[in-house]
Amino acid sequence: MKERITGAEALMRSLEHQGVKTLFGYPGGSIMPTFDALYGHRDKLNHILVRHEQGAAHAAQGFARVSGEVGVCLVTSGPGATNTITGVADAMIDSTPIVVIAGQTPVNLLGTDAFQEVDLVGVTQPISKWSYQIRSAEDVAWAVARAFYIAKSGRPGPVVLDFTKNAQTEMVDYAPVELDFIRTYDPDPTIDEQAIQKAADMINWAKKPFVLVGQGVELGNAQEELRAFLEKGDIPCGCTLLGLSAIASSHPLNKGMLGMHGNLGPNVKTNECDVLIAVGMRFDDRVTGNLATYAKQAKIIHLDIDPSEFNKNVKVDIPVLGNCKKTLAMLTALLEEKKHTEWIDSFKEYEETEYTRVIEKEVCPKTGPLNMGEVVRAVSEATRNEAVLVTDVGQNQMMAARYFKYTRNRSIVTSGGLGTMGFSVPAAIGATFGRPDRTVCAFMGDGGLQMNLQELGTIMEQQAPVKMILMNNNYLGNVRQWQAMFFGRRYSFTPMVNPDYMKIAEAYGIPARRVMKREELQDAIREMLAADGPFLLETCVVEEGNVMPMTPPGGTVNEMLLEC
Amino acid sequence: MNKETKNTEPTMQVLPHREDLGGSIKSLYTIIVHSENIAGLLNQVTAVFTRRQINIESLNVSASSIPGVHKYTITAWTTQDIIEKVVKQIERKIDVLQANYFTDAEIYQHEIALYKVSTPEFQGNPMASKIVRRHSARIVEVNPVFCIVEKNGMSEEITALYDELRAQNCVLQFVRSGRVAITTSCFERVSEYLDMREEQYRQQKKEDNHE
Ligand SMILES: Cc1ncc(C[n+]2csc(CCOP(=O)(O)OP(=O)(O)O)c2C)c(N)n1
Ligand SMILES: [Mg+2]
Repeated sequence: MKERITGAEALMRSLEHQGVKTLFGYPGGSIMPTFDALYGHRDKLNHILVRHEQGAAHAAQGFARVSGEVGVCLVTSGPGATNTITGVADAMIDSTPIVVIAGQTPVNLLGTDAFQEVDLVGVTQPISKWSYQIRSAEDVAWAVARAFYIAKSGRPGPVVLDFTKNAQTEMVDYAPVELDFIRTYDPDPTIDEQAIQKAADMINWAKKPFVLVGQGVELGNAQEELRAFLEKGDIPCGCTLLGLSAIASSHPLNKGMLGMHGNLGPNVKTNECDVLIAVGMRFDDRVTGNLATYAKQAKIIHLDIDPSEFNKNVKVDIPVLGNCKKTLAMLTALLEEKKHTEWIDSFKEYEETEYTRVIEKEVCPKTGPLNMGEVVRAVSEATRNEAVLVTDVGQNQMMAARYFKYTRNRSIVTSGGLGTMGFSVPAAIGATFGRPDRTVCAFMGDGGLQMNLQELGTIMEQQAPVKMILMNNNYLGNVRQWQAMFFGRRYSFTPMVNPDYMKIAEAYGIPARRVMKREELQDAIREMLAADGPFLLETCVVEEGNVMPMTPPGGTVNEMLLEC
Repeated sequence: MNKETKNTEPTMQVLPHREDLGGSIKSLYTIIVHSENIAGLLNQVTAVFTRRQINIESLNVSASSIPGVHKYTITAWTTQDIIEKVVKQIERKIDVLQANYFTDAEIYQHEIALYKVSTPEFQGNPMASKIVRRHSARIVEVNPVFCIVEKNGMSEEITALYDELRAQNCVLQFVRSGRVAITTSCFERVSEYLDMREEQYRQQKKEDNHE
């Protein structure tokens, strides 16, 4: 069955063997033999030429996040490889399965400071799930099989393959490799039934239980298990930024978003509940605020697939290790059917307070310039809340996360842990390839759009149907807000001088429209969604708007500021 | 580290009150790591310490009794809270088999040290050879210029010999190995873990084939 082919050809076969159909990349010297092999596989492997390797990495992330499959990048050595680093770090902290394949100087030149040589394995080891140098063609099939297995199993993450040039050109007897076992790595840990029993007892005992929903629910494909669990126990929940679409926004038990700019109810109630059940989340400081005052009154149960998350930030009473698809189902089986009506009703007061003091003003203003919140809500509703939301970073991100409505799983693609400006455009490109059947709406700020502006070229070439909604406030708004609140309004380098985005869009042949007036908003959104292909909608929003409510950094979750 | 195995009723009472993470007292921990023998792994293991600004006191890496498996013995001063997290983060690396931490009570540990002393000074000073004998050290090499004294034992014994020899002004060079340690518990975590993993895999394959 073995066939004698080059290492580069073996890579192509191995990728196809893994079911890869789409990859994002950029060629260069050390990866040329591989791009040459790719030329012969264009019928099966759709390679998207990005305009910057950072774009390739974020596109792979966007692809992976919406599809649940592994996103793949193919880049050259040296600067090509280092340009992907931000994406690798981002995928690590947000548990996104991607495989970055980078060229490398031939083995005989390694360590000599050869042209475009970078110690990529050394650089990426601390920020990847696995990083490996392929030094001979013999290694290719095994390394690719191992890379995909590691990237997508257990807690997903990025894998880097450093592909030396000699390994690309050498000949090898190729046969596909199957790999589903690594003796040092257990992606599906055995579930401790006693822990399940203890957790169930505690939940059954609780009068005021509260669930924190993290991205682990989406990664474990446990959205249905979560819903069944919440409904049987009649337990309200809050979602982390990355967990927002794990349960429909409209579900009566979904009390909204956790965190610094999340909703008031779930934050306040975190410090009132008697049992806190965290599912597939990692108690990030943007969620917990000051740890010394975080949920001190509660017993804490933590469901996670990664044992190193237990007691990392918050000491837990009952850790439950395992895939939450299984652990949630096992817990549900042991749950008593309950009603916590009074407890659930107690959220209302906070919902009303937040509505009158924050949301209403943000979403339904009668006068003044456009608000970010009203733009987001209008776009969300125009897609019947069914679109994939991609965000950049900053005020636009928080506003989009807060005011978008989620009805379907895997519908939020945002850079949570790393907070990478420039994420949205390339990630949205990736998302259109990952789920071509869905509408992809990318919200961004004027700062963030310019951080990967070059990817408009990719959108143009591919006609990738990204609906870009620029919320232009002529500021690095998020930083400006902090300067206003904590640095005495000293706007140090946050005003942004902007180009004419209509002209930029025009240069790329991307249809575009600028909206300044409230009356035009709906029509412009209709035009954007009706367009067959990409569209740039620039909304000129209030310049000095603030994202509220807010738990200031190091603050206490039940003491959110409602205005500033 | 033992899991509470009793599971009777109201769970609430059984659980001690949660305490804040962080704080508490520092002590010297011995961390034993078993991993695949793969280039670059040492970096990954030490990086976990560096990231948390923990100084590694000693580090010893060698082949273990299990073919293809390397053993790291690391000592570091830190708190129980931190060492627990460090060990879990090391274990999280794909090619690490197991990482555990121990206090001195849970291990038998030894170090070896070499002391190079000047022969004229050494022979001209009767105290020096007395010290060597009293510490049950051995002289493993003698030539007209220098002698080499070898001593193995606990860290403090090695330091004690060094201090005394130095007081005699005859030490030219001194080197000590990192600590090597063996656990004193009756079960062998690593080989049992490996057996368990292989068994699980066979089980899983069987189930998959039945489906
Ligand atoms: C790569 C990168 N650089 C800097 C930052 C710090 N930062 C966070 S939000 C922000 C402002 C973003 O401005 P803009 O894109 O216009 O969005 P807005 O907040 O105005 O909606 C900055 C500079 C970051 N998160 N990422
Ligand atoms: Mg802005």
